[in-house]
Amino acid sequence: MNVKFDIVRRRAWFFTLSSLITVAGLIVFLVSGFNLGTDFKAGSQVQIQLNEKVHTAKVDEWLSDAGLPVASSNVTVAGLNGETAIIRFPEVLTNQQINTLTNDVTKVFPNALQPQVNTVDPFVANQTSRKAVWAVLLASLFIVIYVAIRFEYRFALAGIVALLHDAFIVMSVFALFRVEVNLTFVAAVLTIVGYSINDTIVIFDRIRENMKLTPPKSYEELQDLVNQSLWQTMTRSINTVATVLIAALMLFFFGGQSIHDFTLALIVGLISGAYSSIFIAAPLWVVWRGRSYIRKTQVESA
Amino acid sequence: MKWSRFGSFLLIAVIIIGLAAGTTMKLWRQIPLGLDLKGGISLLYKIEPVNNEPLTQAGIEAALQAVETRVNSLGVSSPQINLENGNEISVQLAGAFNQAQAEQIIGETAVLQIYGNIKMGKDNKPVPVPGTLLITGRDMESNATAGLDSTTGQPVVDVTFKNKALWAKITKEYLGKTVYTFLNGNLIQSATVQSVIENGQTQISGVGSMQQAQQLAKELNAGSLPYPLKQIASTNVGPQLGAASLRATLYAGLVAIVLIFLFMIAIYRLAGLIADIAIIAYAYLTLLVFAGFPITLTLPGLAALILGMGIAVDANIITYERIKDEVRNGRSLQSATIAGSKRALRTILDSNATTFIAGLVMFWFGQGDVRGFAIALMVSIIVSLLTAVFLSRTMLLQLTKSNLFRNPAWYGARKGGAGK
Repeated sequence: MNVKFDIVRRRAWFFTLSSLITVAGLIVFLVSGFNLGTDFKAGSQVQIQLNEKVHTAKVDEWLSDAGLPVASSNVTVAGLNGETAIIRFPEVLTNQQINTLTNDVTKVFPNALQPQVNTVDPFVANQTSRKAVWAVLLASLFIVIYVAIRFEYRFALAGIVALLHDAFIVMSVFALFRVEVNLTFVAAVLTIVGYSINDTIVIFDRIRENMKLTPPKSYEELQDLVNQSLWQTMTRSINTVATVLIAALMLFFFGGQSIHDFTLALIVGLISGAYSSIFIAAPLWVVWRGRSYIRKTQVESA
Repeated sequence: MKWSRFGSFLLIAVIIIGLAAGTTMKLWRQIPLGLDLKGGISLLYKIEPVNNEPLTQAGIEAALQAVETRVNSLGVSSPQINLENGNEISVQLAGAFNQAQAEQIIGETAVLQIYGNIKMGKDNKPVPVPGTLLITGRDMESNATAGLDSTTGQPVVDVTFKNKALWAKITKEYLGKTVYTFLNGNLIQSATVQSVIENGQTQISGVGSMQQAQQLAKELNAGSLPYPLKQIASTNVGPQLGAASLRATLYAGLVAIVLIFLFMIAIYRLAGLIADIAIIAYAYLTLLVFAGFPITLTLPGLAALILGMGIAVDANIITYERIKDEVRNGRSLQSATIAGSKRALRTILDSNATTFIAGLVMFWFGQGDVRGFAIALMVSIIVSLLTAVFLSRTMLLQLTKSNLFRNPAWYGARKGGAGK
């Protein structure tokens, strides 16, 4: 097989690129943090499909007339045609206030659908976010154990680095664009975790197979072997991410408003997952696996 | 040329497409939809301990029972009441109705107390004198009814005490004196006992409008809660909004399916067609699983199923790429199919197992939406293994063994393409 572009030996490029993105993401985090939804922050969120172009000023005016003034920064416009208003209240709305909103909305916005009200107590918000973090960590742990048993621990470690890299990039993008982080976002990150490792395993599986067929005798041969394995699985990697992306993109453009953020997280994660499997996970494994070869060479030349 | 092989290939394809076309709509109607797709309210209550004493198992069960009685009094079809995290009760009610009224009936306890004496409280409100509590709503039968008083025309609630002797003793003791009725800490009635009541009945006035009287009767009948409930979360989805989400997501799924079908045929030709038939089987079987159990389908769940389609396609892509490799290495189409499928299976199993593990963890730790997503993900992984691996492998083998299409180009492969 004629080896095309040498990915493994150019790994410094990709490591640098990913490090830069990660550092940029970290800075964004420290500066702005997440835009937490009601699932993670106590309060009420009201989502109303107005079925007319949303003007924040008009919504503000309606709210203050209804006796529920909020800062205008708490009103966001959503939906494909900007016909959905999302209003965040820092406090938990009472039943009476919710009733007022429900009864009043059609007076000002005649085509509006019934408001969708989500309310979360601080206690639940706390519990939810703790569970979400645990879920990601535990999922990673179990995946490491599985891969370490079926392959070897170095594959597991390289796979986990790629996986956390993807999860982190998705989180950075959300922090950067101030997209609301809610429970479905957690589901999306977990899917990315699952997909990223799935994608990586297919490449590792090919490396494992090639290692058995022609065990490399030197570090040079190891690098060639991994590079070949990468190119042997390249068509599959591209075709697969293309089909999954088709599904995710269609959900993003045509799916309902409530899964819009979810699919955005998926799209970012899918692209990052495909990239990290090829350009991060496999070269990283080469670095770790290569150490024993380098040591062996040093011993022989000594 | 073996027409029987080609015949069985065609038969499988016809059965799958026929089944899917004929019964999909029927299956779809049997799948219960989550509140986010059909509209409704979801409430979460925390059972609060009394006097810092730990909750007892019997008490929790009694609270659950009481909530059930209350929800049933709302007359909503198939409500879902579950205990979560050991001390939380979640209530899901489908359809559109008055959220405030439902919350009041489920969460609020009507504490009815009759005292023998009162005094003035801090803000000039009458409060009961401690130690003069005579009887409470807990001692009542669940047969309270609202009605109009025959003389005053005011709404009243007729109640019966369980312990008739006790009530008779109280009325005897307080004959000619005044007793004070408190509802939720507010004095609603002060009445002079006119006669000794032997049958345990009495009438409560001062309950407000007829509607409020009926509400009170309902609350009294629902029984008292062993522990107070605190509402900690509520979600309300309008039915039209739910339907709009469902329509939009289904439409997106349909467009995605058509595009993936075209993509697969463009790249893998006949093999791509087989993959497409396997996707139809995947979609059909997932619906079957959801309708059979039945599993409630939520919006994130629907998204997981569409994503699962991607996983199913991936299994096909891995297999076909493997077969192309084998053809490139000089194997005949048939032996390449057998060897390629076998080698690909291990890869597919390992990669799907890891995703399945992620799904399991999500199911364990998640709640609500995340759980719905995890279930759909796990179902789709198992179904996609069945269809994308076994079904599409069988069909591909039948097709290659028929020797009708011998040129690898029919399958998007080139013999000895990229030289070794």
